Amino acid sequence: MIEFHLDGRSGVAPYMQLIQQVRQALRLGLLREGDKLPTIKDVVAKVAINPNTVLKAYRELEYEGLVSARPGVGTFIARTLNDETGAHEPLREELRAWLRRAQAAGLDADSIEALFVTTFRTQLQEST
Amino acid sequence: MTDPVLRATGLTKHYGRRAALTDCTLTVPPGRVVGLVGPNGAGKTTLLQLAVGMLTPTAGSITVLGGRPGAGPAQLAKVGFVAQDAPTYAGLTVAEHLRFGRRTNPGWDQPFAEDRIAQLGLDPAQKAGRLSGGQRAQLALTLAVAKRPELLVLDEPVASLDPIARREFLRALMAYTAEHRTSVILSSHLVSDLERVCDHLIVLTASRVRVTGEVDELMGSHYRLTGARRDPADLPAGAEVIEHSHTERQSTFVVRSLVPIADASLTVEQLTLEDLVLAYLSPSLPPHRTELETAR
Repeated sequence: MIEFHLDGRSGVAPYMQLIQQVRQALRLGLLREGDKLPTIKDVVAKVAINPNTVLKAYRELEYEGLVSARPGVGTFIARTLNDETGAHEPLREELRAWLRRAQAAGLDADSIEALFVTTFRTQLQEST
Repeated sequence: MTDPVLRATGLTKHYGRRAALTDCTLTVPPGRVVGLVGPNGAGKTTLLQLAVGMLTPTAGSITVLGGRPGAGPAQLAKVGFVAQDAPTYAGLTVAEHLRFGRRTNPGWDQPFAEDRIAQLGLDPAQKAGRLSGGQRAQLALTLAVAKRPELLVLDEPVASLDPIARREFLRALMAYTAEHRTSVILSSHLVSDLERVCDHLIVLTASRVRVTGEVDELMGSHYRLTGARRDPADLPAGAEVIEHSHTERQSTFVVRSLVPIADASLTVEQLTLEDLVLAYLSPSLPPHRTELETAR
């Protein structure tokens, strides 16, 4: 079962942090179809977080079709977030090659990250 | 349930000549955990004491759960209150506190109170004066919730607790609200305490409401913008400047905007709730006098 945590310094709304943690666990295979998510009461008692926040996160996940709620039983993972298209591996290879070129060009880790993040953001902004 | 938990219109309270609360207009929807924040002396305790009926307004009006605060036993039974520093009677035992609660509250739930005390691991024969700060706060919370209120009002419940006791208290409070769907209003001068537990926020400064609303909406509509130095007038349309600061070359703004900021010349970041509140508390911006001499 997944254990939630909150990062108070991230600026990401708490309900969104819970959603991201479920998605991430799905991508990493830590959660699989049929797995049960902790009850709202368990989450609030553990994380000291507002119950409405957990409810909102679970509803959003349900809306996305990632989980399904069975009243009186719990909330369960409905599907996985696998790499169904098989696109990840070739892209990862290209990214690795790019990272090697960046290192060869003398960029340190922080510079590479800054370059990646700014380009990533600009690209997202232009494509929306 | 459509009645707001709290509605204030032009609510004002003076102590002699001093204004403790000025022209507060607020609506708090039901089922929320409301964080009331602001510096010391901003009027938080005054607002809470008006809500529970310990004070009466100088001007304006306040209704709580549809009734006038403190107006009769039925209204009093609907609201649980824990005053600042969670006062308990040092010479009375835990069990005597529960007996006192039972005698003074018509809706008192004794089995529930005893259950909570057992879960907390408190010894009923222990005198309250010998409990730790965290245990005393938990005892005060137990007394307030065992009367089964519809609204729980807590004045600085965790201010005097160490970080572990603080977290324990908030966990217990959240578990309680998850189960009983009670509305909660709690005050603090530390936003970090409230960040995770509140879904509605009221910020008071110098006796006035500075900003109020649902936490998710507030967090989703405020941004920190940094970029080359510029005049606030040159920001994208619809961005209301909350705070700004400038160096010779760089400008930093905190803005409220209902639409996402799309301006490639600015770095746009999300704010934590704490930074958002601090921006509102900062004195950097005289109201709507945002002109600034441009850099050469």
